[in-house]
Amino acid sequence: MLKELFTKKKKYASIPSEQVKQDVPEGIMTKCPKCKKIMYTKELVKNLRVCMSCHYHHPMPSRERIVSLLDEGSFREYDADMISENPLQFPDYLEKLEADRRKSKLNEAVITGEGTMNGYPLVIAVMDSAFRMGSMGSVVGEKITRAVEKAKELRIPFLIFTASGGARMQEGVLSLMQMAKTSAALKLFSDEGGLIISVMTHPTTGGVSASFASLGDYNFAEPGALIGFAGRRVIEQTVREELPEDFQTAEFLLKHGQLDAVIHRHELKEALTNVLDIHQTGGDGKWWGN
Amino acid sequence: MVGELEFEKPLIELRKKISELKEFTKTAEVDLSPEIEKLEARLEKLENETYANLTPWDRVQIARHPNRPTTLDYIQRLFTNFLECHGDRLFGDDEAIVGGIAKYHGLPVTVIGHQRGKDTKENIRRNFGMPHPEGYRKALRLMKQAEKFNRPIICFIDTKGAYPGKAAEERGQSEAIARNLFEMAGLTVPIVCIVIGEGGSGGALALGVGNHIHMLENSTYSVISPEGAAAILWKDASLARRAAETMKITAPDLKAFGVIDEIIPEVRGGAHRNVDEQAKAIDNVLKQSLKQLLQLDGSALVEQRYQKFKQIGRFTFSRNDLGVK
Ligand SMILES: [Zn+2]
Repeated sequence: MLKELFTKKKKYASIPSEQVKQDVPEGIMTKCPKCKKIMYTKELVKNLRVCMSCHYHHPMPSRERIVSLLDEGSFREYDADMISENPLQFPDYLEKLEADRRKSKLNEAVITGEGTMNGYPLVIAVMDSAFRMGSMGSVVGEKITRAVEKAKELRIPFLIFTASGGARMQEGVLSLMQMAKTSAALKLFSDEGGLIISVMTHPTTGGVSASFASLGDYNFAEPGALIGFAGRRVIEQTVREELPEDFQTAEFLLKHGQLDAVIHRHELKEALTNVLDIHQTGGDGKWWGN
Repeated sequence: MVGELEFEKPLIELRKKISELKEFTKTAEVDLSPEIEKLEARLEKLENETYANLTPWDRVQIARHPNRPTTLDYIQRLFTNFLECHGDRLFGDDEAIVGGIAKYHGLPVTVIGHQRGKDTKENIRRNFGMPHPEGYRKALRLMKQAEKFNRPIICFIDTKGAYPGKAAEERGQSEAIARNLFEMAGLTVPIVCIVIGEGGSGGALALGVGNHIHMLENSTYSVISPEGAAAILWKDASLARRAAETMKITAPDLKAFGVIDEIIPEVRGGAHRNVDEQAKAIDNVLKQSLKQLLQLDGSALVEQRYQKFKQIGRFTFSRNDLGVK
């Protein structure tokens, strides 16, 4: 084991870092896109995929996210077998879905289910940018809607992690309508006193940013996450003006009053547990002041 | 005639030929009336064929016609006592969306819609009907007011989409759109939405969470413009015509997907040919809609609206359950 590690290290250490492309073999080494340092994927994963040297938050696979937050063995997945159709008869769409299923080992761009976090029960939805860039089509919309309905039925909080390029073009207007569908489900849940927590991760854009991602009672984001409705390039072409470097980052949104807090991934579980804890006794008059 | 469209060229040429012949008979010593009659019959046939077989791209052209009637054109014809109400009470007044109170056949209502300009000057003032966050927030303010006074809400949808600008992002256009979707879902008064031109993505949907959604026959409703889709799909915006077909954005497409309720027939050649008549066609459908919806109480309206959107989407189930380890 030790020997194996050593030889691998030696193999890669001999290549000057600037010559190593982004596609350093996955599974062994990962190159940080921000500071360009190359590190063991294993160690990076252990560090919740936060770069050890510059704290860049690498995209976190949905399953890892769930494991990192929920109590061991508590997660029960909903609708794991729901998959997309091709309502527009869009050329190559089914093939692309199949390829992403194989590559990402995911059936769709969101995982939903219930579990407990430090003992607090909740319904959780975690999007995954490894599947069709986390885009929202009928399945993503339906799974999230069902998850919210379940939270309403069970009367437990709804927590969502977003990571999405927006609406899924290959399902056309049906994708657009998922924005309304998910938002409507959240409204009905909210009207019954349901707690909604949204954590926006990199990237959260387009139709996802303009629906459930922005509808939390608490809207949080991970550091450096790209969050916005219109794409930077589209805006540049439209307004022909220089955009600030931090434009549409989590920090930019915080500055403009669009977020409650930007939270480092290492502190996320504690912060979320705190929010859940504060809402345990909220509004029921059971506080005695001592 | 101003603003003839590409696909209408053969019609234009035939019309020109007929009027030339007519002109000619006035001065010449020959009787060309049989020829003229024949040509007029051909024109009639060609017109029928052309307008009965509009391609998606033809419809996009009609929906974007510079003379296509706007929200205010219809407000003027369908409502009385209209009072425009300005401002979101937070930042400003976005003239890309207009709204106010009015009466519809005597019934007090709130009416809101995207508003394009009729000329360049007005278009600049109205930002070509592309709203900023304050536009959505004004709309929501008026909708909440409608709910308070138990007035039905009528929304006209007509926008290329949300404005892709720096200020719009800074002021939270994502949140503003999301908030409208969220709040509209809970309103306890009837909401009827009518797409009258282009229904472009989130900017359109922000006025679109209705109990009933109708589309004019030649309007479009889409997640992205044909040009935008072509640029992303094939890296070539000039393939917009193909994208318009692939993306299924016409009223018949949306009807087939179960997204909309009624297709409102258009005046032959497009709504711009006769605004009064077009307003009448809208009136017929709107009246029926409101009659139905006014039967429902607040919670039934919320439930009906939720079920309407809940059923939108296509999916299936596979046997390979991957699951989380
Ligand atoms: Zn780094």
